[in-house]
Amino acid sequence: MIKYILKRLWHSGILAIVMSLIVFFGLYVVGDPVEMLSDDEFTEQDKIELAIELGLDKPLYEQYFTYTGGMLQGDFGTSFVYNRPVLDLIMERLPATLEISLLAMIIGLGIGIPLGIFSGIKNNSRASKIISFFTTVGYSTPNFWQAIILIMVFAVFLQWLPASGRGLTNSMFGIEWAWLSLNGLQHMALPAINLAIYKICMQQRLAKSGTQEILYQEYMTFARAKGITRNRIIRRHLLRNILIPIVTITGLEVGGLIAFSTVTETIFSWPGIGKLLLDSIHMIDRPVVVAYLILITLMFVFINFVVDVMYAFLDPRIRHQK
Amino acid sequence: MIDYKKKLAPLSLQTKSIFSGHPIAIAGLIGFVMFVLIALLAPWIAPQNPYDLMVLDIMDGLLPPLSKLGNGTTSWLGTDAVGRDILSAVMYGLRLSLFVAFIATTVGSLIGVFLGLLAAVKGGWVESVIMRAVDLKVSFPGILLALMMLAIFGTGVDKIIYALIIGVWASKARLTRSSALSEMQKEYIDAAKISAIPNWRIMLKFLLPNSIAPVLVMIPMSLSGCIGAEATLSFLGVGVPITEPSLGLLIANGNDYLLSGKWWISIFPGVVLVSLVLCINVVADRIREHNNPFLKSMNMQ
Repeated sequence: MIKYILKRLWHSGILAIVMSLIVFFGLYVVGDPVEMLSDDEFTEQDKIELAIELGLDKPLYEQYFTYTGGMLQGDFGTSFVYNRPVLDLIMERLPATLEISLLAMIIGLGIGIPLGIFSGIKNNSRASKIISFFTTVGYSTPNFWQAIILIMVFAVFLQWLPASGRGLTNSMFGIEWAWLSLNGLQHMALPAINLAIYKICMQQRLAKSGTQEILYQEYMTFARAKGITRNRIIRRHLLRNILIPIVTITGLEVGGLIAFSTVTETIFSWPGIGKLLLDSIHMIDRPVVVAYLILITLMFVFINFVVDVMYAFLDPRIRHQK
Repeated sequence: MIDYKKKLAPLSLQTKSIFSGHPIAIAGLIGFVMFVLIALLAPWIAPQNPYDLMVLDIMDGLLPPLSKLGNGTTSWLGTDAVGRDILSAVMYGLRLSLFVAFIATTVGSLIGVFLGLLAAVKGGWVESVIMRAVDLKVSFPGILLALMMLAIFGTGVDKIIYALIIGVWASKARLTRSSALSEMQKEYIDAAKISAIPNWRIMLKFLLPNSIAPVLVMIPMSLSGCIGAEATLSFLGVGVPITEPSLGLLIANGNDYLLSGKWWISIFPGVVLVSLVLCINVVADRIREHNNPFLKSMNMQ
């Protein structure tokens, strides 16, 4: 097991380095920040001085090491637009993204898995067909279109829930959270549901196909033949075995949720990191874009590592393979 | 696990056995063909050319569905802020959305299949490099990679096609490699090797036709994925340019008017987008189900 973890750790390290290289060279080399920061009144001399100040006169590899060196000390550069350290900007907005992503995840798993198991067991029933129809429509509908419909129905026609902003926040552990107040929760509802719909549909489909595949395995027939009660079969034999694909996908989807929150946050004006990324892309605020992408890359590498280890933990076959 | 190793039967036979007795899938297929026809014929059947600024009249702006336009014709689905007929804009938008998705899916799949075959045949460091690249790609959500690409290279129809191709190739490479590897253990490949047939010929003549089935099964799914992704990126304003609106961009344009009750600008392109993706997904599900022998044997029980 330790050998396996070390091997995965080694892979993750390489992955992180390769991705940081791609992001850095992709964004820091294409386009010229001097042209972007300077205006018409800049002389050639001013531009050269600006380039020296930004460290752009140095060779590329040196720029990369300077950047990653600063990054390791928590210095991700300064935003052109806000004129503040990038890391502060991102850290300020991270809780907002985390809270809707987590809420969406809870809703998605809590509804999707039971629905999936149900429609897997009662494959040919009418209820199962209706559920499957709705989930097909659900995952065929782009996220942003669902958001528009949600806003139209719940915010404009029914006027039950607010359609934008984060509402009141309360402080916990020195961080501002929206879920601590009713007003904040109301503001969270639509964005979280928007993110959750896709999750519900995905989990339903996964759990359904997993259930069907396991239902006809020999050990299930054997368990039935032994006269084990239905509930126990579902708990001990079915749930455990469908958990493996679900854990993998869920792990990867935590990252997916945070990535998709760019869309949801933009539509609902939710002040998280996804909205920050899109605003920064539009305003060509390069330090923020680079820092966001590198941070999210590191996060993905970490999530992949955790998922691999959990996978091995749940399924002994994996940790013993060469 | 799922056994994909199914030889390709003649296409007509395949189609018949996939769709017979599945009305929803048939409806999806008919819907899809209809959308493709509308997209292909748009320049001839659309009431106006929405890209031609000369025919647009600002006086016709923001008219509800079934209004009379200044030139005496009826606008069935209403007009947007600059007087563009929504029906025409949707037809042209459909054309662009489908075009982008078709190109991205085709090129992405070709690249994926080629790299997958190459990895299987060459082995060694070629295989490691290709498969590590696949791992790298698969561990990131497509939307994020696309945003990354568009942030680096800027926006435009060509750029969004590149960004979508990046999203398509990896899973195809992985699938092709694994089915080619199992194909390579069979005797006819050994026989071919002994007959001193060059590697590239083995790859194209023997491995390709015998290991492409699982990739073909995935293609409808990729197509609908590309359509959704392009719409999302265009909606966010990092996709196609404003002069050539796709369905996603049309929805974004109308989004500003939605709260003031001018629903038709967004709703019609949105309905078309969702129906298109739904039609493809219904067909895709059916094809996948058909090609999954495990599910089939289970349904017979």
